[in-house]
Amino acid sequence: MTTMNAALAAGEVVQHPHAATGVLSATWLLIALPLAGAAILLLGGRRTDKWGHLLGTAMSLGAFLVGALAFAAMLGQKGDDRTNLVHLFQYIPAGSLNVDMNLWIDPLSISFVLLITGVGSLIHIYSIGYMAHDPDRRRFFAYLNLFVAAMLLLVLADNYIGLYIGWEGVGLASYLLIGFWQYKPSAATAAKKAFIVNRVGDFGLSVAVMVMFATFGSLSFQNVFGHASEASHGTVTAIGLLLLLGACGKSAQLPLQSWLLDAMEGPTPVSALIHAATMVTAGVYLIVRSHVIFELSPDARLLVTIVGAATLLAGAIIGCAKDDIKKALAGSTMSQIGYMVLAAGLGRPGYVFAIAHLIAHGFFKAGLFLGAGSVMHAMNDDVNMRKYGGLRKYMPITFATFGLGYLAIIGFPGLSGWWTKDGIIDAAFEKGGTSGQILGWLALLGAGITAYYMSRVMFMTFFGEPRWDEDVHPHESPRVMTIPLILLAIGSIAGGAFLIAGDRFANFLAPVVGEPEAGHKLITPYTVIVFALMVVGVGLAYVQYLRRPIPRTAPAGNVATTFARRDLYGDALNESLFMRPGQWLTRLTVYFDNRGVDGLVNGLAAFIGGTSGRVRRVQTGFVRSYALSMFVGAALVVAALFLVRI
Amino acid sequence: MTDHYLVLSAILFTIGAVGVLIRRNAIVVFMCVELMLNATNLAFVSFARMHGSLDGQIIAFFVMVVAAAEVVVGLAIIMTIFRSRKSSSVDDANLLKY
Repeated sequence: MTTMNAALAAGEVVQHPHAATGVLSATWLLIALPLAGAAILLLGGRRTDKWGHLLGTAMSLGAFLVGALAFAAMLGQKGDDRTNLVHLFQYIPAGSLNVDMNLWIDPLSISFVLLITGVGSLIHIYSIGYMAHDPDRRRFFAYLNLFVAAMLLLVLADNYIGLYIGWEGVGLASYLLIGFWQYKPSAATAAKKAFIVNRVGDFGLSVAVMVMFATFGSLSFQNVFGHASEASHGTVTAIGLLLLLGACGKSAQLPLQSWLLDAMEGPTPVSALIHAATMVTAGVYLIVRSHVIFELSPDARLLVTIVGAATLLAGAIIGCAKDDIKKALAGSTMSQIGYMVLAAGLGRPGYVFAIAHLIAHGFFKAGLFLGAGSVMHAMNDDVNMRKYGGLRKYMPITFATFGLGYLAIIGFPGLSGWWTKDGIIDAAFEKGGTSGQILGWLALLGAGITAYYMSRVMFMTFFGEPRWDEDVHPHESPRVMTIPLILLAIGSIAGGAFLIAGDRFANFLAPVVGEPEAGHKLITPYTVIVFALMVVGVGLAYVQYLRRPIPRTAPAGNVATTFARRDLYGDALNESLFMRPGQWLTRLTVYFDNRGVDGLVNGLAAFIGGTSGRVRRVQTGFVRSYALSMFVGAALVVAALFLVRI
Repeated sequence: MTDHYLVLSAILFTIGAVGVLIRRNAIVVFMCVELMLNATNLAFVSFARMHGSLDGQIIAFFVMVVAAAEVVVGLAIIMTIFRSRKSSSVDDANLLKY
């Protein structure tokens, strides 16, 4: 542990940005294009219905083009010069708080830009077909564009305020898109749940930003990272833990995981783009971006790895029990992000694998989700895998692309997942010590379970006997949907090898996270174990779901199945721990307000009203009685004067 | 010597006050009010004589002016009430109440 810290401290990475030139200075277009698309489509209203989806897709493709050009321009720069700064405007000039809005274009952010705009554009294209019959397709594309703009701001901002704005922006877009079919109560509830659970995480991030300002007096990456080593150990740990809380909310890590499974109520392209490929990985970005802070605090790093390991197992277990194809994939997403968080917490060797796995996952999981959408399209929007079966003959392209994504995620040798996930497992063992062993074995176990639940999805959907409803006539999806599937499948095959072979990605990211350690072996003893576990997982699923017929209604199942089906009682826990006490508190407050506050105010009013009702009886209307009271009063005054005089 | 005038003034004032309180006819009540005003006038003039100053006599004139104005307005009101209610009893004009 101590040697590792020393190594980290010795090789501290400091990025020195310089003003961007050429194409790189035009990267503000990355955010401006999709933002303009969203504005036009939302403000233009029904007038833009006819061409709204085309504009949205064009804006996303335009952003991808700008990103690709910027990437090419960056490749032309020397390694240490690859941190570019684009000054946009002075955002908050308030006394000692001075925030400039700049874009921070470095290898890490450009990797995200390419992933977001690339996969995002493919999903835009796919959505043209998927949402073709939805009357609100324009609004859908407007929200998608809004999401892309916010996500790009998140990864491009050079300060934590800009990052936070993007962070909230993607949260908003996620809320709008989960609740896109808001007339379904389940969708509206899921959207609210996602928003509220995310708020808990956002609270952590906002407090982290405040602590940073109080400690460093500035919020730009350059200043915070440059002065991080001067802050006290406790402060740095606090910032790290708060950032981790933010990451847990956005990336659906334990204990804030509960919203992701419900988020599947949104349209499937949304699940692919936001809840698999990009937004949910923002937490990983946050941790890797803030690696300087985490490197100074071993405690925070340890907690990051624990959260990652726990989530990768929890997500995998949930994935095993779900009959809803999207929820099974959502459990898988949780699990895979758990791997990334684990890797990000491991320190230097892990960062590269975290981001590489993130990119590879972006491809194969987006492909899997879009494939699931294609299957749902064929099955009249039924998501229950128990009513699928034998689809490989009817949907050959979907089957082939889904199958490649499946092989990639279970880590079939040579495909994306194998390169990146094995790297994470190796890095966990390389951490050394008892914790490294535990984390490594947990990650290994997770890989085995991954193979099992993904094979289950695969076998239940594409193999075996058809178990369809009678009115279902499966058919292959139109080309506008299959072409993105094919492109994503190509990414699932080649992405990992492209990134990891020859340390290409590690060298690319070196200016951000430090030089790679020489001698990373591709094949280790663990690779063999991972492969063996994968075979066991697939075999188990084969025996259970291919050799035996699958009942159309889910069997009751034992305790463990129920445990997994109910999301490991995550919702029940939240309900008993937070929701019920919250309700009681609300009821108590309402009672106090009704009885206490209102009682006092209403009682006082009733008292005054009653008193005046009695006192006004004195006004009888008889003039002589008034005269009498005047005389008596005058007599009393005179008498009083006499008494005083004497 | 002037004490007798004061006693007379007090007697007249008391008669007027009692009249205001116990009589119902508005005209009689009115006359009793006049009686009270004149009783005070008598007291003012008597005190002016006792102290050898003119102040009381001047105030008596003011009182007379005010009383004259009051008679004009008061009688007009009584006439109007009598026309509408066919009664001059002060107890019948009792609409303005709670």
